Amino acid sequence: MATLLQTPRPGADADPAAPARTLRVRRHRRGDSAEGWDRYTAPVGPRTTVLDALTWVRAHLDASLNLRHSCLHASCGTCGMRVNGRDVLACVTRLEDLPPGEVSVEPLRNQPLVSDLVVDIESLYESLDGVRLPLVRTSEGAPGSTPAEGVGHLTRFEDCVECGLCVSACPIVASDPEYAGPAVLGAAWRLVAEPRDRDPEPAYALVDGEQGAWRCHLAFECNEVCPTDALPAEEIARLRGILLRHRVVRWLQRHARPEEVQP
Amino acid sequence: MTPQTGRSAGPGVPRGDLPHRAGATGWFDTRHRHLGDWAFVVNRLSGLGLVAYLYLHLVILSQLARGPEAWGGFLAIATSPPVLLFDVLLLAGLLAHAFNGIRVTLLGLGLVASRQKALWVALMGMAVLIALAGASRILGVTS
Repeated sequence: MATLLQTPRPGADADPAAPARTLRVRRHRRGDSAEGWDRYTAPVGPRTTVLDALTWVRAHLDASLNLRHSCLHASCGTCGMRVNGRDVLACVTRLEDLPPGEVSVEPLRNQPLVSDLVVDIESLYESLDGVRLPLVRTSEGAPGSTPAEGVGHLTRFEDCVECGLCVSACPIVASDPEYAGPAVLGAAWRLVAEPRDRDPEPAYALVDGEQGAWRCHLAFECNEVCPTDALPAEEIARLRGILLRHRVVRWLQRHARPEEVQP
Repeated sequence: MTPQTGRSAGPGVPRGDLPHRAGATGWFDTRHRHLGDWAFVVNRLSGLGLVAYLYLHLVILSQLARGPEAWGGFLAIATSPPVLLFDVLLLAGLLAHAFNGIRVTLLGLGLVASRQKALWVALMGMAVLIALAGASRILGVTS
């Protein structure tokens, strides 16, 4: 793929004299045998995010650039990508917070690539649906928040926005596609910690195996990249503690009443 | 199973066709990584080093079967400065792996997960102190 150096068209929403940043964007189109990089220069202001710049590029320079976003405020988890080698949500990553120079933008890793900056996150959704974690946390309210006048109470949703950054950062998912991964295991921990009328046993069955919580090798990178402080690595560690106690109790039960384990 | 929320990329949205994984070589790519990943990398490198040393150790011990002269020859090599430096490296790798093992065990039991960085720093601090003390003995700085 040819590497292009493109500049903003004068008069296209941008002041040519305004500050600009160059984005080096990983490109892959369906059917291409190789990936490549394209460079785009976009106008920036003090609050311009990487997503702002990319959507500007798409609108004014290259409509073929594929990316995905929705809410623009870190709630939907759809604009995950790797910026300067870090897994981030592009909608809350400001260009002014990045070091001077070119900004590299790549798709998330460890998930099948669809095109350019879009990865196929369907398998993550399917796995999370397998855990069936309720969306609302009932054991606590929204910490530090006071309901506005006329609002009865605030609903505390679960932290994970299912963005897949943790899956991209995990070195074990990188080498083992069968591993359940941090998002799914973190969700399983939440269900075990707070079942909310759900049966947690299917979650135990999912995570207490070779490709479950025991496959995690404690690099804690999922914690580092999590944009909502869901902290899956800590949850996996706690899940292991629970699974261990579960196993010990089951072993003791079997040996206390051996007749029950006869085939 | 019926999806809980019916989430989907949407009808007609193509599924990804490139695996796009870093693979096992990505384990050692520490760019933009953090302390927990360094613990992960140190554990792997020290583990591989110790496995390699195990085989070297067996080869060395086999010199005993070849008689006193062979063993004496090995001892002369074993006390040479390059080999003593190798011993210091071996001790450091052993300590790093052992103390990292304490971290892995505690986290594996679901303990101190929220303090894993402080735990690793403390354990590596102890490993470094013991390695320095051992190095000074091995290299003859202290008797």
